[in-house]
Amino acid sequence: MSDTELPIKRNLERFADLHPALDSKSAVTEANRCLGCFDAPCMDACPTHIDVPRFIKKIASGNVRGSARTILEANILGMSCSRACPVEVLCEGACVMHRYNKKPIEIGRLQRFAMEDFHEKRKPGAPVPVRHAEKIACIGGGPASIACAAELRQQGFAVTVFDNRPLPGGLATYGVAEYKLRPSDSLREVEMVRDMGVEFRRAEVGKDVPLDALEREYAFVFLGMGLGAMDMLGIPGEDTRGVIDALRFIERYKTQSDLPVGRIVAVIGGGNTAIDAANAAVRLGAEEVHIFYRRTEKEMPAFPFEYDHAKVEAVHFHWLAQPVEILAPNGRAEGVRFVKTALGAPDATGRRNAEPVQGSEFVFPCDMVIPALGQSRFLELLRTSPGITIEKKAVAVDRPTGRTTNPKYFAGGDCVNGGREVVDAVADGKRAARAIAQEVLHG
Amino acid sequence: MADLKTVFMGISSPNPFWLASAPPTNSGEQIMRAFDAGWGGAVWKTIGEPVVNTASRYSSVDWNGQRMMGLNNIELISDRPIEDNLREMAEVKKRYPKHAVIASLMVESKREVWHDIVKRAEDAGADGLELNFGCPHGMSERGMGAAVGQVPEYSCMITEWAKEAARTPVMVKLTPNVTDIRLIARAAKKGGADGLSAINTINSITGIDLDTLIPRPNVGGLSAHGGYCGPAVKPIALHLVQQITSDPEVALPISGIGGVAGWREAAEFILLGCGNVQVCTAVMHYGYRIVEDMIDGLSNWMDEKGYRTVEDFRGLTMPRMKEWKHLDLNFKIVARINADKCIGCDLCYIACWDGAHQCIHHEVKEPPAVREARSRQRITLTPIAKLDQARGGNGHGEAAAPHVPHVDEEECVGCNLCALVCPVEECITMEKVETGKPVESWEQRTAGRVYSKPGQ
Repeated sequence: MSDTELPIKRNLERFADLHPALDSKSAVTEANRCLGCFDAPCMDACPTHIDVPRFIKKIASGNVRGSARTILEANILGMSCSRACPVEVLCEGACVMHRYNKKPIEIGRLQRFAMEDFHEKRKPGAPVPVRHAEKIACIGGGPASIACAAELRQQGFAVTVFDNRPLPGGLATYGVAEYKLRPSDSLREVEMVRDMGVEFRRAEVGKDVPLDALEREYAFVFLGMGLGAMDMLGIPGEDTRGVIDALRFIERYKTQSDLPVGRIVAVIGGGNTAIDAANAAVRLGAEEVHIFYRRTEKEMPAFPFEYDHAKVEAVHFHWLAQPVEILAPNGRAEGVRFVKTALGAPDATGRRNAEPVQGSEFVFPCDMVIPALGQSRFLELLRTSPGITIEKKAVAVDRPTGRTTNPKYFAGGDCVNGGREVVDAVADGKRAARAIAQEVLHG
Repeated sequence: MADLKTVFMGISSPNPFWLASAPPTNSGEQIMRAFDAGWGGAVWKTIGEPVVNTASRYSSVDWNGQRMMGLNNIELISDRPIEDNLREMAEVKKRYPKHAVIASLMVESKREVWHDIVKRAEDAGADGLELNFGCPHGMSERGMGAAVGQVPEYSCMITEWAKEAARTPVMVKLTPNVTDIRLIARAAKKGGADGLSAINTINSITGIDLDTLIPRPNVGGLSAHGGYCGPAVKPIALHLVQQITSDPEVALPISGIGGVAGWREAAEFILLGCGNVQVCTAVMHYGYRIVEDMIDGLSNWMDEKGYRTVEDFRGLTMPRMKEWKHLDLNFKIVARINADKCIGCDLCYIACWDGAHQCIHHEVKEPPAVREARSRQRITLTPIAKLDQARGGNGHGEAAAPHVPHVDEEECVGCNLCALVCPVEECITMEKVETGKPVESWEQRTAGRVYSKPGQ
């Protein structure tokens, strides 16, 4: 993090909106295409169950304020979600228009229209008075915690969000591709929640604030700290200059105006984050960007529309290649040695394993390497938390309530769902907040 | 190949598409461009003592993102000198002898003034005259336009004056702003009219600016009621035209006006007995060029139906418009939903439930509100292949098949509402059900019964 003013000017120029805002006339026209399905599949497909036909009809009627409120009642981060959501597999993917050979309604852009209008005109009001003695701590400053905190605060609870980063907002601030969501927009939402009376405190729980102190002061603790840093490749040369994992790379280009990018960039991994990093490298001025994935196009976990987008950005894809060493003879990455792989037998999940082919090694010369593997390492904190069960690399919870195996702790977001979208985190946070409130009020 | 040539009140034109007296016919230059584009005739913007117009003059109603579903104007008759209009009319007639040029007239309600304007218009070469008894604003405050057209005696009298001087056919343009348009039509007939045109614009206030609270159109912070036209008025116009064409006491050629924007509306007016149609708003919206598809579309339709000329289908629908008491009460239809086409929007379901007769259902019979609440409780996740595979899911979510509602045919009253709201073509069809009962109208069922009329 630097003191750079956000959004960075370079990013405004190079990361123009992927889906530009609608003006009010085109928003009304688009809103009027919506059939207004009853018990609409788009609402069902939205993890936060935003009443999509209702907010869209309000845009059509010219009641944009009512539209924004409809969205916010369901999803306090309606702005971030309108820009960051993979709508193709959510609301827009469920639109009945698909069954009629017609273009689905542009729900994401309509939501953005209503949210931008709302945030531009928003004036802070008086926070809801605190009505309950029980205080709640939310660990992590990302979407899950913010949604949990906002819901509880609206119900009259005092809430503190603990986050160790310079800026709150978690991955909504630091982790979404700039052409979808800028940090300044995520921060507007944080400001709104702060104005509602939620306290944001920059501190690392477990280090700056001991967990037992937290447990004494707060009646309930919500775990919304996400997944932590990205996995390492586990190969020689990984810690040299010119190697930066995708999440750190994205965080830096979004918040620093002087991030250098390589001439030839190798991105390793086949997920959505790999694609975000690769597209960013192209836009930041890399001459060539190559994605290497150890399986094939078919197994690649990225959304198909993200893959298509990367191809449009002129990212090169290489299948069946696994890195074995980063070459850095002069203390700086100069290339990656790969081994070719072949797909073997399917594993327990049905996905075919990539197995190295002996003697097939090759070197790819490059001057920047961006590993983009998953995130699975939890903060130390969780290992020491009393009585919280972890299953399949995730905090085990009762899904409808977010309750963990320790009755004082609730959890949601990436640390529970393994790393999904902002909207999933918001849904988790809100469900947990309601369960916590229920617990306080009715035991 | 269809022949679109028509003869209306003895005036021939290449097709039944005439421009109505309005801004598109304000000058000779415009009308010649319109004829070049394909229009068959034009009724000149009403000629009379030149007026002063306001700014602004028009306002409209947008609907569902579409512009100008209805247009309202407070413009008066021509603001150009009579001599200019008539000189240009002569020029147009000289250059376009085969096209119909009609002079629309409106002057002070004095016999000699009418005689004078009629003669001058005919001397300029007008093929016929249209008496503007309909302008609903401004002119009516000065004793002209609708002030004449709303009083049968005045309509009759001024028609007589015009006819005293006229050598060409005279039609009277009727205002819809009356309780019974037939009375005015009969009065015009009595005055000697050779034909009628209907309808003129409908009294209207299109709306109010909710920021300034000023009605539209805004003339320096004030407004006045105007005349409404455009696609929104077609059903009203069709009904009024049908009232006139079905009245045996009128029996005059009628030029249909009101919301004609394409060949389909033109066909509808002609099917109800009109000899031709007049168009204004659609041209104000899109320009003269729209006539190309009007000609093309009507010709293609006529070819498909086997009609060679406009006369072949004129009035064919008239016998099918009846009073309600003659309709068959034993005619039964029910809604059928084509499951293959259903997209699952449930609009038919909620429309029937809230707006009709509660006979469309889902598998699980529960009130709509319960269903909606249940779907909100569901836990939904963004499908992410890698994570879902680890949990045994199917990767990218597949859209569930739509739940197709079904119709309780015993309960269905055959009202059409579900088919009207269904967004998919041919998905809900209304199917005839044989009842085995004979045709029986209300009149037949209640034969002999005498109903008292209000006031009796």
